[in-house]
Amino acid sequence: MDVTQYLEIFLDETREHLESLNTNILNLEQNPEDEPTINEIFRAAHSLKGMAGTMGYKRMQDLTHNMENVFNEIRNGAMKVSSSLVDTLFQSLDALEEYTTNIQNSGDEGDNDNQAIIDTLNDFLKNKGDAPKKEEAPKEAAAEAPKADESKEAASDNSDGNKWKDIAIGETERTVISAAKASGQHVYGFTIYINESCLLKAARAFLVYKALEEKGEIIISNPSAQDIEDEKFDFDFSLVVITSSPMDDLVMAARNVSEIERVVAGEVELPAVTEEVKEAEKTVENAPAVADNKQSQAAASKPAQSKTGGKPVVNRTVRVDIEKLDVLMNLVSELIIAKNSLVSASVSEGVSGVGFNQQIEYLESVTTNLHESVMKVRMVPIESVVSKFPRMIRDLSKKLDKKMELYMTGEETELDRTVVDEIGDPLMHLLRNSADHGLESAEVRAQRGKPPVGSIFLDAYQDGNNVVIEVRDDGNGIDVEAVKNKAIERGIVTPEQTENMTEKDIIGLLFNAGFSTAKKVSDVSGRGVGLDVVKSKIESLSGEVEVSSKYGEGSVWTIRLPLTLAIIQALMVVVGGEKYAISLGSIQTIENVSPSDIKFVQNEEVITLRGQVIPIIRLDKELGCVSSKRPDENMIVAIAKKGEKLAGLVVDELIGQQEIVIKSLGKYINKSRLISGATILGDGEIALILDANALF
Amino acid sequence: MANDVRVIDSEYAIDEGTKVQYIVIKLGDEQYGIDIKYVDNIVRMQSITRVPHVADYIKGVINLRGVVIPVLNLRLKMHLEDVDDTDASRIIILKLEQYGLIGFIVDEVKEVVTLGESQIEKTSYDGTEDKQIFVSAVGKVNNELISLLDMNVVCSEK
Repeated sequence: MDVTQYLEIFLDETREHLESLNTNILNLEQNPEDEPTINEIFRAAHSLKGMAGTMGYKRMQDLTHNMENVFNEIRNGAMKVSSSLVDTLFQSLDALEEYTTNIQNSGDEGDNDNQAIIDTLNDFLKNKGDAPKKEEAPKEAAAEAPKADESKEAASDNSDGNKWKDIAIGETERTVISAAKASGQHVYGFTIYINESCLLKAARAFLVYKALEEKGEIIISNPSAQDIEDEKFDFDFSLVVITSSPMDDLVMAARNVSEIERVVAGEVELPAVTEEVKEAEKTVENAPAVADNKQSQAAASKPAQSKTGGKPVVNRTVRVDIEKLDVLMNLVSELIIAKNSLVSASVSEGVSGVGFNQQIEYLESVTTNLHESVMKVRMVPIESVVSKFPRMIRDLSKKLDKKMELYMTGEETELDRTVVDEIGDPLMHLLRNSADHGLESAEVRAQRGKPPVGSIFLDAYQDGNNVVIEVRDDGNGIDVEAVKNKAIERGIVTPEQTENMTEKDIIGLLFNAGFSTAKKVSDVSGRGVGLDVVKSKIESLSGEVEVSSKYGEGSVWTIRLPLTLAIIQALMVVVGGEKYAISLGSIQTIENVSPSDIKFVQNEEVITLRGQVIPIIRLDKELGCVSSKRPDENMIVAIAKKGEKLAGLVVDELIGQQEIVIKSLGKYINKSRLISGATILGDGEIALILDANALF
Repeated sequence: MANDVRVIDSEYAIDEGTKVQYIVIKLGDEQYGIDIKYVDNIVRMQSITRVPHVADYIKGVINLRGVVIPVLNLRLKMHLEDVDDTDASRIIILKLEQYGLIGFIVDEVKEVVTLGESQIEKTSYDGTEDKQIFVSAVGKVNNELISLLDMNVVCSEK
């Protein structure tokens, strides 16, 4: 069978599955018993294996097959998820990614068998029953833990259905339980089985909840109340209740809810529980750290929770080639240009009349809406880029031997596809930077009274016509003195210059090429090729990046990006008879300035505007053309803004504001200083787009 | 044995029959040929928007049915003397894999010729004349000589 025609789909879907595996395995490490996650992983691995097999990629198939075996054991509850197992699984994913890249580049998966990984996976499989490895030692609790027992029989076989006994009881709950016992109250564990034909199990569970809450206080629920509400459980759930009523009363109350198959209950004995908990804690290496973190980071608990598994959503989507979207976007651009032409033609040729103007207005609203819709189609959530970061932070955490946790919000924030494709690297850089330079070592954190686990936050949100992405950490912050000294040492500034610099200016020096304050060069960051690249990349996307920091408390890196790159609102100006467009976003005000108001500071022309000294940039000189105005005439000055800086751009004439379609100058010219692109005006003429940022 | 010979013969025959079409343009008195497979379009002179801070041979950009195309002055690009545009001046638009669409201003577009292998003579670089490196071969038609341009070299040399 000739399968080459399916190659693209195969690559696309493989990437999707790998991404999903990455996220879910990470999730699994934190919630080793989360059943939907395990099922999702199994499904992804299974599809991957099937696809690789169909396409004839034997090595890839082989590796996924071995992974699938492991997942199968985990799903059946015969195997525990351990940190080292997760490591191996990630290695496997890396290997699979390598295969995928090879296939994409050469159509061949390459000849790396990755036998070592397969062997390790098999070792895990073999060891599950016999003398287990170190990390699997606390086995008893694990073996009994509630698992994916889909059939009722299996469920009832499992330790008489007393699944509540398997609930891990945390420190706080234990205190509550012993206090309750001391005051003469009863603590009962319940496992409630819902009839399997039940369609609204969440509703039934809710009724049980309500009934029990009338009689006592539910202190523990497994799965969590939220998961039960979202129907993220099979047909049973377990509760621990503190009550003064006898057990039978509560059992009756629960049974009275319809479609409840049976209720298993018993008194909770604390000592036994304690032991079990200890074992359970050992089993999941990371669990205490995570719990610790959740308490100390109240703000962070929400994103962490939302990560544990969104509802599986079935999207009704159509896969569309990005090129087709580009064509569509181009056609819409053409339409907008044609509309502009029509408007300018109607003016120059004197066509008028109420009907005509109405139709023109109608056409304008249609084209604007069409443009917005097409733009929305091109928008993709940044999730596709940021979803790899938790994995990266996990790896970094091991590599740098620092405990850290990444909290992400706003993954669903959408940006133009072209922008999303480009922001991955800069974001990765900032995160690495935070992990390496930002977060302090455990000792320093302890001295400063900070939680041992460092936190890095990645927040994305939309702000007007911009999307803001923030990378935040609770680490060391930027040492302004160190930056200053380094800048002087590197010859970026002179000591005299620094005297007049604000703290912000000095921090801004970090973006200079060849700057690195890390004393140690690690392979994570610190080669000094970093922040300047981040800055230029973001700026090439017409965005900007800023940093604010408080020494000892942490830093915030803020990236601001335009929603789309294709169509912008621009100010049209004339300089020396040539038309130029300047993005309206960078223009603050327009001023009428008399030549006599111009002063000189260090031989540079400046004007004073509302108490602020603003340098004057004569565009005719910058652009190499001759102004059509006499020197004694009043000047039109557009005040442009870049970050905190202002500059006055002298133009000959203002045409006005216009929606313009950005076109490239063609590959041959690709980059001309000062010019970021071109646009086609209503009359077919070309106006160049002035990159105001390049003038500063 | 006889079979083998025939195979070689027929291959040779196909080779001999390979014909390439060239667009013949004029710069001054000299004729140049451009492989027709690169030619996307030929348009009359139109207003060219100047782009600041680029090499002098880049005249600017034009709008061709909604596409912004850079336009080069072929005379300046080939280190020839510049002349004023005339009614015969044209912009010949090429599509090159590496650079996309590029327009070249030429003095005149004459005709299309079809050259067979036997009419083309490869040149050897002597390096004495600048423009020589752009010319990959010389074609002969009706006792006239046409310098065949290697457009990828013309574009890449900066």
